[in-house]
Amino acid sequence: MNKEAILQVRDATKAFGGVLALNRVSFDLYEGEILGIIGPNGSGKTTLINCITGFIKMTSGKISFRGKNITGKPAHKIADMGVTRTFQIMRPYYSMPAYKNLVIPLFSPRAKRTGGWRGGGKLGDRDTVSIDILEEIGFERDSYVPYKLASTLPTGYLKRLELARCLALKPEMILCDEVFSGLSMSEIASMLPLIERLQMAGITLIMIEHRLRELFSVANRVMVLNFGEKLIEGVPEEVIEDEKVKEAYFGSEEAKEVMDHA
Amino acid sequence: MEQRRRERIDRGVKVRSDGLYALMSWRELSYLTVPRLVLIVGMLILPFIMPGMYWQRVISIVCIYALLALSFDFLAHYVGLVSLGGAFFIGTGGYLTAIFNTSFGFPPYLSIPIATILGGIICTLLLLPCLPLRGVYFAIVTLMYPLVLARIIEAMDILGGTDGIMGIDDFPNRWVEQYLVIAVVLLILFGLRRLVNLDLGLVFRGVKDNDQAVRASGMSITNYKALAVFIASAMGCLGGACLVHIYMWTGLSLFALDFSILPIAATVIGGAGTLVGPVLGCLILVPVSELLREFGTLRIVFYSIILVGFIVFRSEGIMVYGQRKYHQFERWTKV
Repeated sequence: MNKEAILQVRDATKAFGGVLALNRVSFDLYEGEILGIIGPNGSGKTTLINCITGFIKMTSGKISFRGKNITGKPAHKIADMGVTRTFQIMRPYYSMPAYKNLVIPLFSPRAKRTGGWRGGGKLGDRDTVSIDILEEIGFERDSYVPYKLASTLPTGYLKRLELARCLALKPEMILCDEVFSGLSMSEIASMLPLIERLQMAGITLIMIEHRLRELFSVANRVMVLNFGEKLIEGVPEEVIEDEKVKEAYFGSEEAKEVMDHA
Repeated sequence: MEQRRRERIDRGVKVRSDGLYALMSWRELSYLTVPRLVLIVGMLILPFIMPGMYWQRVISIVCIYALLALSFDFLAHYVGLVSLGGAFFIGTGGYLTAIFNTSFGFPPYLSIPIATILGGIICTLLLLPCLPLRGVYFAIVTLMYPLVLARIIEAMDILGGTDGIMGIDDFPNRWVEQYLVIAVVLLILFGLRRLVNLDLGLVFRGVKDNDQAVRASGMSITNYKALAVFIASAMGCLGGACLVHIYMWTGLSLFALDFSILPIAATVIGGAGTLVGPVLGCLILVPVSELLREFGTLRIVFYSIILVGFIVFRSEGIMVYGQRKYHQFERWTKV
């Protein structure tokens, strides 16, 4: 891929007190690709997403999106530029029906700008637009699911709702924080085509995942984090064979045992 | 022993289809309009059925408190900001209208709107630094403002100091006074209900439900909180401005804690989050408080007993209870 990098992260560092959650992580993201980020628990994956989307401020480092410096910008400004995210712990508006959840992002300045009359709510009202988006993401239009309160929806639908909130903003990038976690195998299988469709629609994706097999089937490149540091970056096949990755995932002692047995 | 449970069934009036009212019969029409009409007509005839000037004045005070209770209910249950700033809003609006009326000679019909808008802006600007606070922290900060302002006026002896500002114009007559405040309460009540059901109202509720998701949707929560605080504080300032023109006097008692506490009690009694409930709560609490005046200092005791009774036996509030009874059948069924 020799397109221009859409997102450049340089020396991203975040310290929580004395703990370095991120230590000089740098990477480039190219337009239209899917970058998987993997790593053991506490390796700084979610912190990285929080830093990119402005939910927490980096200690040092620089992030630029389409050549513009977005370091230290507030979260809503970054989302307004089209860099959207999902939350690992889903954050729907529990007191509202699923389709009303999307009315809020459709009310945002970005949706008004990009959505034209559909998002603008002048000719078509936002309720209809949000039902359209929900149908794209896998809520059957004629069923009662889109009209149920978000607090009564199962995890699978809540994960989709997270993606739908990003889609309502007509995003350029979606940073998915573990969209597959907590889902059954069949639910994941039905999510995978969705992710591929997003990529075909020209949306650049970063995906944090623990489900490696599913991730490797969609990701173009994979980056491995461990203790806040970048271990390796490359195509999935290379990454999974790397010694350092094995060590990070299995621990050094066990890695030896695994190798002895092999 | 035979066990039974209570079953609730929605009444079968299907008048709403996707946001449009499709009314089929007089019965359905009245099912929807009668509760609203009872409130509107009831409020409008109140000044006629009150015995004497004293009780008519009580109605005006009820309406002032109702404005505060509406503003509290809106901020607390639709935006998630628990504000104890009723006295702050009343004081700001009251002093502003007093200044415009006495110093600039504006008549009430000019000074009240100016005090409302300008007061809303001033309150919002002063509360702006506190908007990131949530829950009880915001409540404490808003409680401090009226105390601080009252002390500043007292210590610096500005705006009449402890004497207050006297010689403020009153309304042409008591009917104008009463119907003005009653109309204002009704308009704001139905206006707010409309607002919270608009898409903008959904965003406010989104801020309450989950502010991080609102940020992730590309919207600044501070802007929306500020807008909501402006709406609520303008309502409070309007109440304060009317109050000052009713009493023809403004003073430090406008910053009294009554204005912060009573609206909350009214909201608890009336039903939180219903908007109309707090108005009903004020219609009950303020006259009761007047009736209890005869008991002198024991007044607070009786007042507290009534409040505790409501909280223990009807903690959901009158309106929530009433709406359930109105919209649903109940029957006992075997388990």
